[in-house]
Amino acid sequence: MTTDPTKTTSANRPRRDVLGLAAWTMGAAGAGLAAWPFIASLGPGAEARALATIDVDLTPVAEGQAITVVWRGKPVFIRHRTEAEISAARAVALEDLPSPEPDDTRVRRAQWLVVLGVCPHLGCVLQGQRDGEPRGDYGGWFCSCHGSHFDESGRVRAGPSPSNLPVPPHDFRDDGTLVIG
Amino acid sequence: MENADRTRGLLGWIDRRWPIISFLRGELVDYPQPRNLNYWWSFGFLSGTALLVLIVSGVFLAMHYTPHADFAFASVQRIVRDVPYGWLIRPLHAHAASLFFAVVYIHTFRGLYYGSYKAPREVLWSLGVALLALMIPTAFMGYVLPWGQMSYWAATVVTSMVTAVPVVGEDVVAYIRGGYEVGNPTLARFYALHFFLPFVIAAVAAAHVWALHAQRSNNPLGIEVQDSRDVIPFHPFFTIQDMLALAGFLLVLAGFVFFAPDLLTPAENFQPADPLSTPHLIVPEWYLLPFYAMLKAIPFKILGIVAMLGAILVLFAMPWLDRSPVRSARFRPIYRVLFWILVADCVLLAYAGTQPAEGVPLLLARIGTAYYFAHFLVLVPAIAVFERPRALPQSISAAIMERRASRRRRSHA
Ligand code: HEM
Repeated sequence: MTTDPTKTTSANRPRRDVLGLAAWTMGAAGAGLAAWPFIASLGPGAEARALATIDVDLTPVAEGQAITVVWRGKPVFIRHRTEAEISAARAVALEDLPSPEPDDTRVRRAQWLVVLGVCPHLGCVLQGQRDGEPRGDYGGWFCSCHGSHFDESGRVRAGPSPSNLPVPPHDFRDDGTLVIG
Repeated sequence: MENADRTRGLLGWIDRRWPIISFLRGELVDYPQPRNLNYWWSFGFLSGTALLVLIVSGVFLAMHYTPHADFAFASVQRIVRDVPYGWLIRPLHAHAASLFFAVVYIHTFRGLYYGSYKAPREVLWSLGVALLALMIPTAFMGYVLPWGQMSYWAATVVTSMVTAVPVVGEDVVAYIRGGYEVGNPTLARFYALHFFLPFVIAAVAAAHVWALHAQRSNNPLGIEVQDSRDVIPFHPFFTIQDMLALAGFLLVLAGFVFFAPDLLTPAENFQPADPLSTPHLIVPEWYLLPFYAMLKAIPFKILGIVAMLGAILVLFAMPWLDRSPVRSARFRPIYRVLFWILVADCVLLAYAGTQPAEGVPLLLARIGTAYYFAHFLVLVPAIAVFERPRALPQSISAAIMERRASRRRRSHA
């Protein structure tokens, strides 16, 4: 008697199942691996990654002054804080903050505050960097889009912003050089 | 709807409303194939796969490419240097295009060898030739996009051909280029067409497979399927045969992409387009060389272009040029020899295409061109009259039984 090898019978079923499962698994693994480079190609390119870390020369920034630099396409506010601003930021009771965070956890060196200058509410760039711009009721920045106020530590004090201004990863290479990213 | 009842659960519910599962099962699983199909019948599937690889890799390239004369070259350099895995995706696209032509040419020669163009498959064949005719301009326009020296001058040379058209030629060229010279408008329209045409190709390929499924496959013996003993279901035997062919195809593709990524980029194309300096020798990609040789072979511009177009158009006429009632070259002693001479002729033309149009290569190009047309227009119609075909087997299954029997006899002896 001959059996038709193309038909599944009770005798060859377990073997068929194993072979089928193995084939599908290999196929799925191959498809997944083939998709990898295509998905990866959608990420930031080498030229963007090269700018993911920037050096900022702080020597020209005098006490009381602020500068704005661009890091990953976003404005970063760097403020050289005065003694008065530092002590004001540290004097606030944490209970009074909508989003409690002590000032010393937000800075690496007390006189240098480094925050993203974009309102956490809906992404507007904040006012208060340049002379003559409103700094809000708490000595920091003000969002003219929806009226959030930020203090000398970049913490939200009033308005719809759900959180404090994020502090980007940063460090000091030496006294005059800040590294962001 | 006996088929629909075989699917249960959610898929069955969908299938009773939109019989997609039954359709796929009918066309891809239960579909009766002649049981004697060999691996040359995998090349249609490989062509479709190559087209899919091209469309996927092309869409991803398009996300990073800038179709502007000032930025195109730099954007392609950025793809291979800065875009994650761009070094992989760009050569993948270029080599997939090259292998697309390779498998489609093999697929076409398979049809010529086994007489697959004959009744009742004339429309299927014509749709195939139309696919070839669409692939050539698509590939050419893709070649222009990197906007290197070879891209630019290939675009100049090819668009200049149109000037051969009497009276209106000069004006038409300006409309093709969008200017008096190849320039930014040319690049922009080539990009639009290069993006668009592959979807036309995919649609025509679908029509091609539809026409195939209406007539079903020819087979290496070229005789009709007679009863159920001559066929087996497509799945699992031919799915597995096609998967094995696919594995081989992907291995070759990966070999080129990983070990010779720049093989298809001539040195000139690493230089940005320069409208004031022409490379010494302008050579197209290998898959267009035979056509290019025909162009160079003929001293009259207009005739050279007619020959180039004619080389494709003559294929449309093949079902009517070949009057022999026998399909497969296996049973046609003279046609089989002519077939291999034609293959050699195309290789010869390709070689002549790489050479400057002078001396011996020019002579070879002329002989090759003349022979190409003589094959289709003179030899094929003529031999159909006096060739004595060998006896055809009674049926596919009878031929298989006969072969098994003779193998057994031999192993006993
Ligand atoms: C985009 C390009 C093409 C694709 C995707 C494609 C796809 C296919 C597929 C999947 C098959 C069935 C499998 C097989 O027999 O190999 C097939 C059959 C066929 N194709 Fe194509 N094809 C293409 C181009 C062409 C060209 C350029 C020609 C001829 C000039 C052609 C002529 C035929 C013929 C005659 C058959 C039936 C063969 C037979 O049953 O013996 N195809 N094609």
